[in-house]
Amino acid sequence: MENAYNISVFTENSVGMLNRITIIFTRRNINIESITASESELEGIHRYTIVINESKETVRKVVSQIEKVIDVVKAFYHSDEEVVYQEIALYKIPTNVLASGGEAERIVRSHHARILTIEPEFTILEKTGYPDEIKELFLELKPFGLLEFVRSGRVAISKPMKTLEKHIEDMNNEKII
Amino acid sequence: MSQITGSEAVIKSLISEGVHTIFGYPGGAIMPIYDALYDYKEQINHILVRHEQGGIHAAQGFARTSETCGVCLATSGPGATNLITGLADAMIDSTPLVCITGQVASHLLGTDAFQETDVIGISMPVTKWNVQVKRAEDIPVALAKAFYIARSGRPGPVLVDITKDAQFGMMDFDYKLCTDIRSYFPNPVVDKEAIDNAANLLNQAKKPYILVGQGITLSNAEQVLLDFVEKSGIPVASTLLGLGAFPPDHPLYVGYLGMHGNYAPNVKTNECDVLLAIGMRFDDRVTGDVSRYAKQAKIIHIDIDFAELNKIVTNEVSVHADAKEALDSLITKVEKRSHDAWLQEFRDAEKLEMDAVIIDAIHPKHDRLQMAEVVNMLSEKTNGQAIIVSDVGQHQMVTSRYYQYKAQNTNITSGGLGTMGFALPAAIGAKLGNPSKTVVAIIGDGGFQMTIQELGTILQFKIDVKILILNNNFLGMVRQWQEMFFEKRYSFTDIVNPNFTQIAKGYSIDSKRIDQRIELSDALDEMLDSKSAFLLEAVVEQEENVFPMVATGASVSEIRLK
Repeated sequence: MENAYNISVFTENSVGMLNRITIIFTRRNINIESITASESELEGIHRYTIVINESKETVRKVVSQIEKVIDVVKAFYHSDEEVVYQEIALYKIPTNVLASGGEAERIVRSHHARILTIEPEFTILEKTGYPDEIKELFLELKPFGLLEFVRSGRVAISKPMKTLEKHIEDMNNEKII
Repeated sequence: MSQITGSEAVIKSLISEGVHTIFGYPGGAIMPIYDALYDYKEQINHILVRHEQGGIHAAQGFARTSETCGVCLATSGPGATNLITGLADAMIDSTPLVCITGQVASHLLGTDAFQETDVIGISMPVTKWNVQVKRAEDIPVALAKAFYIARSGRPGPVLVDITKDAQFGMMDFDYKLCTDIRSYFPNPVVDKEAIDNAANLLNQAKKPYILVGQGITLSNAEQVLLDFVEKSGIPVASTLLGLGAFPPDHPLYVGYLGMHGNYAPNVKTNECDVLLAIGMRFDDRVTGDVSRYAKQAKIIHIDIDFAELNKIVTNEVSVHADAKEALDSLITKVEKRSHDAWLQEFRDAEKLEMDAVIIDAIHPKHDRLQMAEVVNMLSEKTNGQAIIVSDVGQHQMVTSRYYQYKAQNTNITSGGLGTMGFALPAAIGAKLGNPSKTVVAIIGDGGFQMTIQELGTILQFKIDVKILILNNNFLGMVRQWQEMFFEKRYSFTDIVNPNFTQIAKGYSIDSKRIDQRIELSDALDEMLDSKSAFLLEAVVEQEENVFPMVATGASVSEIRLK
């Protein structure tokens, strides 16, 4: 049965890492729903959050293959229930729709969107939340002449408590033996 | 300390790693390295091949027969892309290689410069690791890491791409072997609980069965495997690349697995109760229809590559470990037993194959020479001690079936990738790694022509390789499938061949062509006794089929004897 799985990959910060990871999905004709990458809590270690819709069996095998990549420190996979996840989205709308008062302002407030910038021509809003919340705000703003829209892709943190540092420590202890 | 060029650092790094033989082909972007090599001709024997694919296959043959890392050099662009087949082959067959490619100067990267190609991007899926080096001072570290990664854990090919400015750049040379990479865990600790669980299953089993693969050879576990099998009394069968890991004349050896393997070891896979698989990866050519493969058995799988565990079959016990370390531990836990009745079942099944296939294959009643009788006689004349490098196709399956590999590291063939053209260059590498051993390349008429240019390498470096062409004037394996599964529609499998002995003559290689049974013994003697390279063309039956066969989609239980 296919479900959404959140794959977290911790890697060295070396050239081509994104390619090394994504070709593993490409080879198996697996579509990546969302991918984000940046430095993790450990300096020099990057964290990728990848969302795919596949069976648990497929995800397990893919994660094993990802872990084989030399510069990958560790990879995990979790179902949606096992993680807390969010996306961030930015919306650019004409400033005059806010200035005219009323409906647009009500929408922004009710969605708890933040105003990042107000320029004479446009205003930029920010909303953090689940994908459907972001989509909902998008749909409501659309009639007001949404100029531009971007969303980040998912970032996720797993609920289990073992830290990455502990994982690395455990793996290195095995090396010494 | 006086400074040296990056190019000289490449050569000195190779020497620091104990490399004495390399294969390669020069070109624009690797010229500085070749220039540096000119001063080290005494320390490093460079073999000039005729095509980069020949170079990398030679490095593979060298690595696989001499338990070391193969090294090859190629230039940028087409030189590098010509390595790709060999990289893919080495990747799937776990062969340690370090390939060094030249690259355009770093300021030209991404500009579509002459002979520029994204070799890092192209080779990424077919290397264990690759890296581009743009500064001379980074060369020793990159190469040290390359050798460490290629050799450790599950071995594999590594590519180091060095820009021309890095080759010209000056640096202080200081070489430190790489022994650890923080994100890389090549030596898993044997899990004692898993070993206990495995031993319990084996000790209680009524019909236990062992399958071995190349992991035995790669971890030098041949002796402990023999001890383990003799103590536990369990019948043992081998995959294609595992041939040679266990003595074929041992009473507990039951044969060769897979699509064209022996009857008994395939059928009994679906009758055993505990299946112990060591250093093999349940390739589809071994399992047949995996949904009907060993379903009745509890499977214990020992492999150093974690991703192989529970990849194809579901294990009762997984042992993530080096094969030798796992067996060293497991042998202390298994009880001394014998399984005579179970072993007899193998012998009974074996007789079916003997009567239906083998006797007729090695003592044929047909007029035309059969591939099997040629290989069988070669096996007898060499007492199973020669290094046999087979190509891909019918002759490869016949060789695997009828050559008795009695010595270690003597079975060289392209298993996972099935690369036609592999054998001739791989045999060159095998001979250079084992000058005192007889090396025989057994090749079909099709595969021989895929890398035929390497006869030039044999000529130039006087390499004593015996070339046995089994010529049926067909791309035989495809023809067999066309006969069996495509209504004998022989679509582009009949092949018009050149005069092979004339070609050998052009390269000053002694040769002989035979097409009669009566000539076979003398011709093999002449080939084996010759003091230099020799090409023997045996013209064999045109439409011979290899049996037994597990057809695609069939279960191993449904193996056909005809």
